[in-house]
Amino acid sequence: MALQVEDLTVYYRTLAGDVKALDGVTFELADGEIMGLAGESGCGKSTLGKSLIKLDTRMRYVRGSVTLDGKALPISDDERMNPFRFREVSLIPQYAMSALNPTRKIGRMISELLHARGVDFGTVRPELERRLELVGLDTGVLRLYPIELSGGMKQRVVMVISTLLDPSLLIADEITSALDVSTQKAVARTLVEFRDRGFVKSTIVITHDISVLYQIADTILVMYAGKLAEKGPAEEIVSAPRHPYTKLLISSLPEVGVRYEEQELSGIPGRPPSLLEPPTGCRFRDRCPLASDRCAQEPPFVQLNARHAVACWEVAEPARPGIRGEKAGAR
Amino acid sequence: MLRLEQLSKTYSVGAFGGGRLQAVRDVSFDIRPGEVVSLIGESGSGKTTIGRMILRLVAPTAGHIWFDDADVSTLHRHALKEYYRRVQGVFQDPFSSYNPIFKIDRTFAMIRSGFFPGVDGRTWRAKLEAALESVSLDPGGVLGKFPHQLSGGQLQRLLVARALLLDIRYLVADEIISMLDASTRIDVLNLLGELKARGLGIVFITHDLSLGNYISDTTVILRHGCVVEMGATEKVFGDPRHPYTKSLLASVAQLHAKWGPDEEEPALDGRPAPGEPAPELVAVDDDHLAAAS
Repeated sequence: MALQVEDLTVYYRTLAGDVKALDGVTFELADGEIMGLAGESGCGKSTLGKSLIKLDTRMRYVRGSVTLDGKALPISDDERMNPFRFREVSLIPQYAMSALNPTRKIGRMISELLHARGVDFGTVRPELERRLELVGLDTGVLRLYPIELSGGMKQRVVMVISTLLDPSLLIADEITSALDVSTQKAVARTLVEFRDRGFVKSTIVITHDISVLYQIADTILVMYAGKLAEKGPAEEIVSAPRHPYTKLLISSLPEVGVRYEEQELSGIPGRPPSLLEPPTGCRFRDRCPLASDRCAQEPPFVQLNARHAVACWEVAEPARPGIRGEKAGAR
Repeated sequence: MLRLEQLSKTYSVGAFGGGRLQAVRDVSFDIRPGEVVSLIGESGSGKTTIGRMILRLVAPTAGHIWFDDADVSTLHRHALKEYYRRVQGVFQDPFSSYNPIFKIDRTFAMIRSGFFPGVDGRTWRAKLEAALESVSLDPGGVLGKFPHQLSGGQLQRLLVARALLLDIRYLVADEIISMLDASTRIDVLNLLGELKARGLGIVFITHDLSLGNYISDTTVILRHGCVVEMGATEKVFGDPRHPYTKSLLASVAQLHAKWGPDEEEPALDGRPAPGEPAPELVAVDDDHLAAAS
């Protein structure tokens, strides 16, 4: 197992109290796995990604452990975490456009970055040039300022920089969201290529766009309101989702070919709960068509089979006729 | 009918405005009542500029927009106000469209003082409630609230309700659902479908092909400010003729179909210089035009 996350809990400090953005998250990531992390805004997916590399000042580590390649990551200790960053865990930020220093030529910026990590630019340079060519960039970009590149080119430069030291874990946070469809496809495919070539061992791709994940991810982890809802192979999550939230979410997505006149889709009524005072039990309960009395107890995240896990009472232990909860009969 | 005729827009760019960028080039199409026309293109394709010209937020460099028989760019004072009673817009970011220190009532009261000064309180209240109901919002649940107390989907519906108060006939919807969450965006999209059934003409601007395909009757594909293909939605999506449209459709991430192997990028021209004519559109089928390539 490349990555093991155990009961990870991270809150945001606010004046109104702690926002429980990530609550008891447990999952594993296999070597070579590309895992998509999907969910709506505020579900905790970016918090999870950030927790694995750097907690920002508003975030408070509460409990939980993260193990990467058998070593415990000291995620709550900013300083002790530093040797792992870039070498073992690396991040492609959401806005690659603003991740590059506008006052430095790209080559100089990379050389300064490597120097700060105690790596000699000269020895890495041939590999850097090889990888730039691999993503379709001319090595001349090293002599250019970021302003001279297009958005898609900057995104590719950042991808090459982030993976330059062959990290074990790469976190890609919404990297395709601001791109046009053709660039989106190229960037998404580059992630797969980096994994295939062994530049990174495993990857977590954070996005709200499940259709992009379906194209490139091996597995998809769906989060809802700070907790895990479902994890399984990408194909199963899209074609045969089990959690009621995933089902409703997938069925609300329009596809090319689906038209309003012929097939009206519907959204999920209601909105996610506030994470300042999250409800006890299943957090999707208020919006769930299957909710019954037992959903007041928190559903465990149970394995349905070796690769598919879900946090829902109805799926884990379907109610037998006669002992159904009052609302479950409405199905 | 709203008719765009050979519409062009050139912006001055660069430090001293010496550069020229032609954002929109000879674009012509019609929007009829009860029709959704989607403008689809990547960033820099001119789709938003077209919407802003229809709303008179940007003046065209050349060409005309006809509303019934009036040239929109010549409207002033009373006539312009009458135009805005009929044509309104809703934009991408619902959070920045509101004054954050005004409650929703007050935002609506500004419509009343601006457009309906003679209307008495009771009639106004009934009108307001009818507009809110038509966007499936509960008046009691939203009117006394500040914008930050409402969700993005609710705010976006309120903007549509605000437009409906004016008895509009055409709505320009510029990326109105791209900032909404997946579980609520489809409801706002369906709302456009209901408005269409009530006879509204809608210009739906988006970069998302699946959304355009879902809701629109007519699709206009834009590239570098020029129309490359337009026509009935099922024909443009079902039988794309221009290599650019084909490559866009091949790049869309779909849910139940994986991307094919990497095809050769179609060799397409770069952005033409300002002033050059747009490629000519030829009819390839009934209600289906494509640029010669």
